[in-house]
Amino acid sequence: MAGRFAPWRVFAAVPQQVRRLAIVVAVLVAALIVARALLVPPTFGDRGHYRAASVDSIEKLPIRYAGHEACAMCHPQVVERKASSFHRGVACEVCHGPAVQHTTNPIEVKPPAPRDRAFCPRCHAFNAARPTGFPQIDTTQHNPGVPCFACHNPHDPTPSHPPESCAACHGMIFRTEAVSPHAPLPCTECHTADPRHKEAPRQWLPTKPVDREFCGGCHAAGAPAPASLPASLRIPRVDLATHGERYVCWQCHYPHYPEAN
Amino acid sequence: MADEIPATGSASARPGGGIPRRVFLGACAAVAAPALLTAARQDGGAAQGAADATAAPRYDPRVHNYGMGVDVNKCIGCGRCAAACKEENDVPRDPHYCRTWIERYVIKTDGECEVDSPNGGIDGFPEPVAEGDVMRAFFVPKLCNHCANAPCVQVCPVGATFSTEDGVVLVDESYCIGCRYCIQACPYGARFLHPVSKTAQKCTFCYHRVVRGLVPACVEVCPTGARIFGEVQRPSSPLTRFRRFNALQVLKPQLNTEPRVYYANLDGQVR
Repeated sequence: MAGRFAPWRVFAAVPQQVRRLAIVVAVLVAALIVARALLVPPTFGDRGHYRAASVDSIEKLPIRYAGHEACAMCHPQVVERKASSFHRGVACEVCHGPAVQHTTNPIEVKPPAPRDRAFCPRCHAFNAARPTGFPQIDTTQHNPGVPCFACHNPHDPTPSHPPESCAACHGMIFRTEAVSPHAPLPCTECHTADPRHKEAPRQWLPTKPVDREFCGGCHAAGAPAPASLPASLRIPRVDLATHGERYVCWQCHYPHYPEAN
Repeated sequence: MADEIPATGSASARPGGGIPRRVFLGACAAVAAPALLTAARQDGGAAQGAADATAAPRYDPRVHNYGMGVDVNKCIGCGRCAAACKEENDVPRDPHYCRTWIERYVIKTDGECEVDSPNGGIDGFPEPVAEGDVMRAFFVPKLCNHCANAPCVQVCPVGATFSTEDGVVLVDESYCIGCRYCIQACPYGARFLHPVSKTAQKCTFCYHRVVRGLVPACVEVCPTGARIFGEVQRPSSPLTRFRRFNALQVLKPQLNTEPRVYYANLDGQVR
């Protein structure tokens, strides 16, 4: 009974050409299996269509930046000083560079403390693309030749005296206004700033004009010219009742550059 | 020996002197004891392993899903992020390639848009914006968007670039064949061919730092907090707070790449 279904008998029963084809297919399948075993790396497909071992090797790469938590373990006084300063969000390694070697060998490896006057302007030099209110200086005018840390402790950079001009932080507005017809007007003509604004700028915001009548103080028909302006200056006058009555002035005119309408 | 055994068991009662029960049980014990002892030792070893695991939990990628937030309004263009990335990841300085870089957009009053990125911004932007008819100007940090539906992963012919279980797109450097297909496919220009190893490279979200519980180097050194790193889905994460309080945009949303880098206050001119 069992002999009738023996594989060799079945094999002998099929036509010769099919047998040859079967042998070729079997050889191809075997070659595929062998080639796959040789070519596909060991951990490929364990976690997805990739070599799982490569993730492990990437995980083991060395770190260079230790992180500010590591610094805080040994330098709590600096961290405490910095925590209440404008530089509270600036991690130690921003200025001192990657310091993981210092954490493992604190005596021999000392991270650099930049004292070069060129260092701080990397963040604080005036650049029109920087956000408004970010403290920026003109390096050629701001105490040239004096190293920054002579006046500013980098861990608590509040200056020894508050900024004298609004341009220290509002450089873009200052420069725009300087070439506009409003150049003779001081900032305080339109804005009233609490003195504390210079030390806590976001807690003590300066005022801004709120109505048309404020601009009308100079620009309404028949309004008097401010004493701070030269008498020869021609001030454009409009009739507030008919000129753009649906809008407040700065919806069309940029007050720091008022031609731009 | 057989005579001393009481004739109560059926085995000893077998005629012809079959294996006595005591001998049989002794032999069984002799065979089974080493196996049992080995099993017990293995159990103890497993318990020891479990104790080690609780002492230092192994990083489990399945419980994470990372993403990054970028607040364009906070970027001051200092380039510390791009420089730190080069330090942390040994990115070549010459020829100049970047895993992350800063672009400066200057939009003129006539609507013309100029973009520059000297050296990827690693030295900041020493050249000031040409003043005059500038309408607005701003910096945009760029990096790999770690797309959930990443074109680079789709086109890699050998499976050398892939999305991990925690949502980071990585490159298997020892398996990459350097065909540059992924560099062509990336719509964000975030990839380059390493000039020495001749393999594709890109931002890894500093995967080697993230698995150690640190943030990526660019996030660590960003002085204004313009970059936020965290988990996409976890309710308590800096990124979740960032996504809650900002109107967000991603780069090239029309490509359906589903980036995991979210931009706040992004200008429409940015591509």
